[in-house]
Amino acid sequence: MAVVGSFVGARIKRREDPRLITGHASYTDDFQPTGLCHMMFVRSPYAHANIKSIDTSAAKAMKGVRAVITGDDIALVVPAVVPGPEYRAISTGKVRYVGDIVAAVVAESRGAARDAVDAVKVEYEELPAVVDVEQAAKGLPVQIYDQYPNNMSVPMEFGSPADKIKEAFDQAEVVVEQKFVHQRLGSNPMETRTALAEWRIGENALTLYTSNQNPHILKTLLSMLMGLPEQMIRVVAPEVGGGFGTKIPLYREELVACFLAKMLGTPVKWSETRSEHLLASSQGRGQVDYVKVAATKEGVVTGLDITAYSDMGAFHTLFTGAIPQFTGLVINGVYAIPTAHYKSANTLTNKTPTDAYRGAGRPEAAYMIERMMDLLAIKLKMDPAEVRRKNFIPVDKFPYTSPLGLVYDSGNYEGSLAKALEMFDYEGMRKTQAEARAQGRYIGIGISTYMEICGLGPSAVLGGRGWESANIRFEVSGKCTVFTGASPHGQGQETTFAQIVGDELGIPMEDIIVKHGDTQNTIAGNGTYGSRGLAVGGAAIKLATETIKEKAKKIAGFMLEASADDIVFEDSKFGVKGAPGKSVTMTEIAVKAFTGFDMFGQIEPGLEATRFFEPPNLVFPFGAHISAVEIDAETGELTILKYVAVDDCGNQISPLLVEGQVHGGIAQGIGQALYEEIVYDERGQLISGSLMDYTVPTATELPHYNLDSTVTPTWVNPLGAKGVGEAGTIGSTPCIVNAVMDALVSTGVKEIDMPLRAEKLWKAIHSSNGKH
Amino acid sequence: MKRTITLKVNGTTYERDVEPRTLMVHFLRDDLGLTGTHIGCDTSQCGACTVIVDGKSLKSCTAFAVQMNGAEVMTIEGLAKGEELHAIQNGFWEEHGLQCGFCTPGMIMASYQLLQRNSDPSDQEIRKGIEGNLCRCTGYQNIVKAVQNAAKAMGGASAAKPEAVGASAD
Repeated sequence: MAVVGSFVGARIKRREDPRLITGHASYTDDFQPTGLCHMMFVRSPYAHANIKSIDTSAAKAMKGVRAVITGDDIALVVPAVVPGPEYRAISTGKVRYVGDIVAAVVAESRGAARDAVDAVKVEYEELPAVVDVEQAAKGLPVQIYDQYPNNMSVPMEFGSPADKIKEAFDQAEVVVEQKFVHQRLGSNPMETRTALAEWRIGENALTLYTSNQNPHILKTLLSMLMGLPEQMIRVVAPEVGGGFGTKIPLYREELVACFLAKMLGTPVKWSETRSEHLLASSQGRGQVDYVKVAATKEGVVTGLDITAYSDMGAFHTLFTGAIPQFTGLVINGVYAIPTAHYKSANTLTNKTPTDAYRGAGRPEAAYMIERMMDLLAIKLKMDPAEVRRKNFIPVDKFPYTSPLGLVYDSGNYEGSLAKALEMFDYEGMRKTQAEARAQGRYIGIGISTYMEICGLGPSAVLGGRGWESANIRFEVSGKCTVFTGASPHGQGQETTFAQIVGDELGIPMEDIIVKHGDTQNTIAGNGTYGSRGLAVGGAAIKLATETIKEKAKKIAGFMLEASADDIVFEDSKFGVKGAPGKSVTMTEIAVKAFTGFDMFGQIEPGLEATRFFEPPNLVFPFGAHISAVEIDAETGELTILKYVAVDDCGNQISPLLVEGQVHGGIAQGIGQALYEEIVYDERGQLISGSLMDYTVPTATELPHYNLDSTVTPTWVNPLGAKGVGEAGTIGSTPCIVNAVMDALVSTGVKEIDMPLRAEKLWKAIHSSNGKH
Repeated sequence: MKRTITLKVNGTTYERDVEPRTLMVHFLRDDLGLTGTHIGCDTSQCGACTVIVDGKSLKSCTAFAVQMNGAEVMTIEGLAKGEELHAIQNGFWEEHGLQCGFCTPGMIMASYQLLQRNSDPSDQEIRKGIEGNLCRCTGYQNIVKAVQNAAKAMGGASAAKPEAVGASAD
């Protein structure tokens, strides 16, 4: 049991768990206010069609139906950081993806709403659908919008200048080229999106309960869109059942709920079904990339050039257009590649919009460079670990400025790889592999040494709010409440942030409560996205404890009859320099702050602090993952024999929670590598529209993870902590694919598009020169 | 046309009028206010709605409330004895077997049935036993540990059996 002063770094059970394991937590769908009405949507069954007519009369006449609206009734538009085509809350004139909203229904019961949706008659005229992203970029089969020639929304290009790239490839001794497909993924947090809007007549105030990752951002956006003062809007993200990026944007369903709650003056709730989630929640990945690497015969990479086709879907949601940028910024990964260039055709298609999904752009980059390192190793007949070592940014080169313009804060790539190789027994496993291969078995070993960018970020870099807020308020009883603007949805900040405050101020964890997710009681906020919860939000908490300490020292000085300048905080107590034995605790100081009537002539009553942390730079976590897999030649079935991950997220506040994040991250990365795929047919029809068709891995499909870590602190924030929420996802996908392709190396197959399902592996084995 | 049903949930007998199309999970949540049972999908894949009916686990989205007439039901809210957590709940807490917590009630109820049937399950038996329940946060490893922890506390497991290094799911 950790004691005061040793909370940070201890394995402490989560404080949020008791309500969750007893079924008493409150997710948005659990709220049932008086007068509650249910909202459902009429969605397009076509990927691309003209809406010829909508007849809502029968639906409107049904018992229990309170409203049926179409796009003509609501003018609200979905916001996007990188502007794209106008995305109305309800579409008019045309539909542009399967699941596009045509009408909304509100009824007194869920059943009545469902019946009314079926009673809305819509007549469509189907148009050719734009599905394939590369064809789309040529304007084929059609151009979706007049104002976007060749379906191009916002093309982007950056990195080393063209002449430098040309020089690198002209002088290259070896060139490796490969096409990679990053399939679309469904985010699938176990809680789907849910929104409950309430309008207070007389106050002209809106409250939105929503399963969202960043209630403060929604508050600002709703204010702008609905023309309401921000003070009149309260957004609450109560218990949120996972986010993974998909719950960052302000969605059209939320806008319609707010609009209808105001129109009807009654609470309106929308509970997304899982099928609706797969159809209409933003999807992840969706890139096709052509990658070229230039290298010397010794395996030193001298140039990297990537041309990407990034599938935006039919519209831009909040971060849609920004995701390819995150890919481009980190294409060189952990390697000191002198010249690197990235160009992305950000392309509109007749599919659901893509947006952030765990890793958001960085998994694509890590996948490409880690696969290329293996392809280079094969070409040069080198060990993949050796090729990586030859190219690592050396420890003494940090801070390192990459050719894409980022400044890497700190790193020790050699260190994490060495540790992972040892844990894995790399030499031993290579011998085992050689023996197995001699018996005709297909065993492969895969390495990935990934990095990522976290802790978003300097506001100037983001072009928006990069800071995070913290507020610490003491009660008269000496206990304290901590408010963070970084609203979690499973990450456990109620525990980690209390650990920080407990140690910094010397108070027991049970005297600290961490609150979040309600714009009414938190000063301001942004969110946890981009693994920034601790690196930015936690850093703000640390700053707030410093401000509390400053005042505490004044009060302690008064109580101990010493100068505030002579007060020192040691062993979790405030004492007087050079006078051992004289001390007061933070709790005693806090009580004094409210009840010290003799003191108030000199020191103002009360004890609270609000601080904002503005990060001076991004942070760059990294790690080395190694796996071994075996493929059954008869069935193509794959077994993960061993999985080792050594991650470095700087200083760890809660090692238990770090492990949990890495486990879950690896699971989602393996999901992409082996199982998960959003599939559209050639008419843009969603084929993977339920969990019967979309594979979220179960316990029997995932391995045991063997974890360790290295610690390379960052100078970017006062905690020395980076981020770890996305790390596992970024490291694991290329790790597993590299292992599979290593298992198949004798077949000569260079790349198989993910997910690497059994039938694809079987085909690779059985189409290879008659070995089987 | 509503029908009247009588059933016992977490030890309390309820008589309610329900529409025939009302799913058991909606009945528990909307009519009885037992919102610990969650809805995570619409095709009975995810198991978030798992409850115990007459001693067996049931995905409560797969049954109509009218089918539960006369049944004895236990939901996540009925597992702890007052303030005292059930060993499975404790196991999940001890081993960090949950993150967002949304799948947890169903996962705990599935584990409850698993341990009723097999008091000393192996790693693979646990993985197989919770295969009908999806978790998107934990990658399952700590859930396996949580069930092992509970088995030990419940006196079933002879000793703690950590998952073997390199153990794989098959």
